Amino acid sequence: MRPLFGFTGGVKPASHKTESNQGGIVVAPLPPVLTVPLRQNAGLASRPLVQAGDRVLKGQAIAGPGGSISVAIHAPTSGTVRGIETHPIPHPSGLLAPCVVIEADGEDRWIERTPVDPYALPVEELRTRLRDAGVVGLGGAAFPSFVKTQHGPTQRIETLILNGAECEPFITCDDLLMRTQAGQILDGAAVLAHIAGAQRIVVGIEDNKPEAVAAMTAAAQRAGLLVEVVAVPTRYPAGGEKQLIRVLTGIEVPFGKLPPDYGVQCFNVATAYATARALLHGEPMISRLVTVTGNVERPGNFEVRIGTPIADLLKLAEPKADTDRNLMGGPMMGFALPTLDAPVIKATNCILAGSKAMFPAPGPEMPCIRCGSCARACPMDLQPFEMYWFSRAKILGKAQEYHLFDCIECGCCTYVCPSRIPLVDYFRFAKSEIRAREKENEAADAARQRYEFRLEREEREKQEKAAKLAAKAAETKAKLAQAGDADDKKALIAAAVARAQEQKAEEKPGVE
Amino acid sequence: MSNNSPFLRQPASVQVVMLKVLAALLPGIAVYIHFFGWAVVVQIAIASVTALVAETVMLAIRKKALKPFLTDGSALVTAWLVALTLPPIAPWWLAVLGVLIAIVVAKHLYGGLGQNPFNPAMVAFCALIVAYPQLMSQWPAVGFTDFGAQMQAVFGHRDLDAVVMATPLDALRTALHTPEARATVSGVLGSHATFGNIGGRGWEWIALGYLLGGLWLVQQRVITWHIPAAFLGTLGLASLLASLASPDQYAGPAFHVLTGGAMLGAFFIATDPVSGSTTPRGKLIFAAGLALLTWIIRVFGAYPDGIAFATLLMNICVPLIDMSTQPAVFGHKGKQP
Amino acid sequence: MLEALLVMALGSVILGGALGYASVKFRVEGDPLVEKIDAILPQTQCGQCGFPGCKPYAEAIAKGEADINCCPPGGEDGIHKLADLLGREFKPLSGEHGVEKPKSTAVIDENVCIGCTLCIQACPVDAIVGAAKQMHTVVASQCTGCELCLAPCPVNCIDMVPIPETIDNWKWKYPVFAVQKAA
Ligand code: SF4
Ligand code: SF4
Ligand code: SF4
Repeated sequence: MRPLFGFTGGVKPASHKTESNQGGIVVAPLPPVLTVPLRQNAGLASRPLVQAGDRVLKGQAIAGPGGSISVAIHAPTSGTVRGIETHPIPHPSGLLAPCVVIEADGEDRWIERTPVDPYALPVEELRTRLRDAGVVGLGGAAFPSFVKTQHGPTQRIETLILNGAECEPFITCDDLLMRTQAGQILDGAAVLAHIAGAQRIVVGIEDNKPEAVAAMTAAAQRAGLLVEVVAVPTRYPAGGEKQLIRVLTGIEVPFGKLPPDYGVQCFNVATAYATARALLHGEPMISRLVTVTGNVERPGNFEVRIGTPIADLLKLAEPKADTDRNLMGGPMMGFALPTLDAPVIKATNCILAGSKAMFPAPGPEMPCIRCGSCARACPMDLQPFEMYWFSRAKILGKAQEYHLFDCIECGCCTYVCPSRIPLVDYFRFAKSEIRAREKENEAADAARQRYEFRLEREEREKQEKAAKLAAKAAETKAKLAQAGDADDKKALIAAAVARAQEQKAEEKPGVE
Repeated sequence: MSNNSPFLRQPASVQVVMLKVLAALLPGIAVYIHFFGWAVVVQIAIASVTALVAETVMLAIRKKALKPFLTDGSALVTAWLVALTLPPIAPWWLAVLGVLIAIVVAKHLYGGLGQNPFNPAMVAFCALIVAYPQLMSQWPAVGFTDFGAQMQAVFGHRDLDAVVMATPLDALRTALHTPEARATVSGVLGSHATFGNIGGRGWEWIALGYLLGGLWLVQQRVITWHIPAAFLGTLGLASLLASLASPDQYAGPAFHVLTGGAMLGAFFIATDPVSGSTTPRGKLIFAAGLALLTWIIRVFGAYPDGIAFATLLMNICVPLIDMSTQPAVFGHKGKQP
Repeated sequence: MLEALLVMALGSVILGGALGYASVKFRVEGDPLVEKIDAILPQTQCGQCGFPGCKPYAEAIAKGEADINCCPPGGEDGIHKLADLLGREFKPLSGEHGVEKPKSTAVIDENVCIGCTLCIQACPVDAIVGAAKQMHTVVASQCTGCELCLAPCPVNCIDMVPIPETIDNWKWKYPVFAVQKAA
């Protein structure tokens, strides 16, 4: 048994897992219209490959990678592309973004699927296939997985950590997946480990999921794989990537570094499953498991196609009448959906219906009494009240000095604050403000350079002109000298006038 | 209200924190009543009423919401601490004045809850002791619990010669400081009627009462162990070293830790989060400095107890201490397996 | 009493020493003043301040020849920063130089553009591309929004378009809790 390291801080909110993890997995019906956003992953948005009127098959690429950190996107069913339209996407801003809208033809006809033997192909080829199968991290951030299997010359990946902790209250989709697809998850993990060059696989699962631990352990034994399945103590946010790495290996990955700097890499269990589907079955990422729970009559887990309107999905779970908000993600780190028109995307792990009774409005915000509860709860060992103080006063540089960017926005500090200060809101504000200012500064620097370059060029042109004029003047003088002294003065004046006019004309090009 | 994550909140509030602090004071107060009579309850009542009135008026002047701030309990904590540091037979207006200084000057003029750089109760104590040194050192004899006579002292004409007696700290210092007296610590402690077995009759039991409440606060995670431990440890160590060096001149650790306001200070005054250090190492430094200054002022100073002045002095240093003791952040700690 | 005073005096001496040490240790030696001022100015290069560009304005401020509230694109925020840097009092933007506007970029109506190159010559940061008699285009990412190209255009085909909010430039707002948002 491997020794566990734990992490400081953390909180233990009621887990509310049993509501949704009792039943099996329900396959959500095919909606008539699917809206597939072009931007679903962290990094760059994908580049569309289809136009209005195109016929597409299920699993056909409708968008290709839009940059080095980007993946392909696929049609979730067969049908006709209605067009590339701006449409609400699940995002806290409620802004619209371009989406490929597909009218389903109801046949749900697959494109030809080509499973591969991953161990017979070069690793680079596998990465490309992962990218072209649209595999991204399914734990929430949706970072392209093929990128995570790479590592720089100074980095290495020895241990592959499979994250099945699922520490957020209410969410159970990973739990269900581990119970039902343990074998596939481990197959996928083995492929990921092969691509990344890792020798060991360690699976971390919170110990409030004994069935999942048992299923994964049994599958590991069956497959004869060298996989360690470890039950980690249940404490939010044990499923945070940094926290899980720390719990399992004792390594702390600071802000600005990546796990491969320390010889580890972390994938969500659902990502490993998606990898198996993509490479071993040739099925790109077109659906995922989503927990629908909270203030609903029939909570459960659904296999949902990417692009399904969230409203349709929610209906399957029959939300109660007093539902007053719907979150994407869990109650600690999720966000309120501005509209249910938005579709399910690759990052959608949970739709959580909430009511006033479930999430009572916290009491009035009071001044910080510096009680330090937030610092004790912070899993990143930060001093949230100091960061809050400076973020609130908009002294952003100071907030940064207190390691604002190390904050993982887990919400533990806000959860415990007796003054009910929405600390994380201030941190999110401060972070995005700092990022925006950095961008502005970059733009200003670029503008300064271009401006200075232009000034230099103008200066140079002026000098060139002056030199030209001087040469001309010398020429005239020489001519005059040759012509004799008779009309000397007159000629000189005439030449000067001509020069002045010439100069004037040159200075104001194109004004006439 | 925010509609952003986290949507779950622990049912904690400033009010609960403050109520727990008040509850933790009760055992000490009970022992206090046993030895010094019910006058202390009257003082607490006077202080509480004054605090609530002052708080209301100040909130109204500063145009702040009344309900959340009035019910947060912080004014009551301040009031109780002021009342507990006054002699129980101090005239009623002394408690009123003290609380007014604490709430109006030390708290609201600095910006209200959470903004005060100095511990309000200690500001009040210092102001009072400078202004009314006489009144502030008139402690009744232990066991003088006659409620009628006490009320006479509090509200009426003060004729106290019969009942006033020096506190152990006072008695010790007076005896040792009198130039011609060849007093020794053991002589004073042993002979004087004021002294009980360790910290002065009655005082040590009150201290134990506070200790009990304080430990409960630590268990409830309202305060951490750092400040009380560092405070009592340093105070004990300083007095131990001194008494080892010159047992006749300096009282030992048991006396210092169990007498005066040491225990109250360790668990209830130094732990005020607003004006104290907040980082773990900072708390240790803060409390150690506090204890050292307390001991110095107790032994060499002219005031009955050193905690109040020491607290204010250390309050000034808090930003510096906190800044230089920021704990290492996750991943920035240097050692990695 | 005397001892207490001594203790206090000692405390303040130690404290003063520490503060003094801190101020010496953490003092930053930096670029000359002009560059610091220039770093705060938005580099729009619009000339609204009455100087031919941000740098000349920065030089004028450094020499004390210009006030700090003449740059509309920098806005109140910029004035605050300048006031902090120079240890001066904040003052609101002086109206005679213009008003703060939402950040915009110039867009050329390519159907109307006659390819006269006048805007190219006006652009302080060379953000307009195109050759004589061919239609011109503004490189949006380089446009500072200075509006200097609007006036020279003989056919008025350039418009300033405010930069829209997108997922990429969206920011979390400063928390305000007075308003209860309908969820
Ligand atoms: S928990 Fe809240 S009140 Fe306590 S220190 Fe942190 S921010 Fe301040
Ligand atoms: S949200 Fe940030 S500051 Fe708050 S507890 Fe989590 S990591 Fe710490
Ligand atoms: S007004 Fe225009 S030119 Fe002058 S400093 Fe501001 S942005 Fe630069």
